[in-house]
Amino acid sequence: MKVFMARDLLQTNAGMAQRNRGVFSRHNILAINLISSPGAGKTTLLEKMLDALAGEMNIAVIEGDIYTSRDAQRLEDKGVEVIQINTAGACHLDAGMIAGVLKEMPLEKLDMIVIENVGNLVCPAEFDLGEDFKISVLSVSEGSDKPAKYPLIFRQSRACIINKIDLIPYTDFQLEQVIDEIKDINGNLEIFPVSATKGDGMGAWISWIRDMQKGKSRSAGE
Amino acid sequence: MHELALVQGLLESVLEQAKKHQIKKIERVKIVVGDMTSAMPESLQFAFEVLRRDTPAGEAVLEIERRPVKLTCQECHFVFRPEGLKYSCPQCVSGRTSIVEGRELFVEYFEGE
Repeated sequence: MKVFMARDLLQTNAGMAQRNRGVFSRHNILAINLISSPGAGKTTLLEKMLDALAGEMNIAVIEGDIYTSRDAQRLEDKGVEVIQINTAGACHLDAGMIAGVLKEMPLEKLDMIVIENVGNLVCPAEFDLGEDFKISVLSVSEGSDKPAKYPLIFRQSRACIINKIDLIPYTDFQLEQVIDEIKDINGNLEIFPVSATKGDGMGAWISWIRDMQKGKSRSAGE
Repeated sequence: MHELALVQGLLESVLEQAKKHQIKKIERVKIVVGDMTSAMPESLQFAFEVLRRDTPAGEAVLEIERRPVKLTCQECHFVFRPEGLKYSCPQCVSGRTSIVEGRELFVEYFEGE
C-alpha cells in the first residue's frame, strides 16, 4: 500500500512559530532573530543596541547558547530582562523553546524581544521562531566568502549587518564586492556595515531598528 | 546537524500514519528536499538509518528527490532557474525575486504492507 502524506518536516515547528507570532502581535512586540557564525560579534552589537535603546523602550533578550550563560551575564549589566536557553548541544533554537520561555516574560511591558540564536549560519536559518524577521550578522574577520557559502540565511533575512568594518584595512575583505554578492542573493535586504566596538555605522542601524519597532506598534494600534 | 531532529519528526509522522492504515512493515519512504534548504541528503540518510532501528521501518529505504531552485521576479514575473548565486532577475535585473521551488522539505509518501 502507498500512503501519500505531503507532510512538511518542519510542520510542528511551523505551527509553534505561528503561535509565537500571534503572542508577539497581541502584545505589539517587535521580535527579531539575530543569526551569525560564532564570534561575529552578536553580543557586542546587542550591548551597544541596548545602550542606545534601553532608555526609550522596554527590551528583553532571549539568549541561545549551547552550554554557557556567559553572553547572558554580559547583557544583564544593561538592566534588561535576559532569559537564557541552553540547547544542550543542539545547533539552533526552535519555536518550541521560545514558546517555553515566553510564558516567563513580562509581555505586557515589552516593546521588543531580541533573540540571539546559537552561533551557527546553517541550522538557525531553517527554523522559524515566530519572529518578525531575521537579521544576519557577518563579520570582516570571517572573510568575504560567507554569503556564497551560506546563501540561505541571507535569503531568509530582512537585514544584514556587516560587523568589524574597522578591521578592513588589516584584511583582504572586499566590502563592495561582498555587498554586491549579498544583493545578488537577496535584493530586498537592508545592509548595514558597522563597527559595533568603534561605533561606525551604528547610528543607521539603530535608527532603522527603532523605526521598525515604531512601525510594529503603530500597525498594532490600527 | 539538525537533520537528526528532522528525521525524527519524519519517522514519527510516518509511523503514526502506518499504524492508522494498519501497515506492519514500511518498505520505502519518499521525501522531497529542495536545494535551498540546509538539510544535507547524506546526513538525512544517516539519521534515517540510525533512527529506523527497532521500528516497523527497520528495513525501509529512504528515497530523496532533490528540487533545484526556481525563482520568479516580483517586477516582471519572469520565472527562471538561477545560475550559481545570481538570484536577481536575468531579464529585468531586479533584485526583488521570490522562491517558487527549492525550499521543499516534506514526506511525499511511504509504501508498506
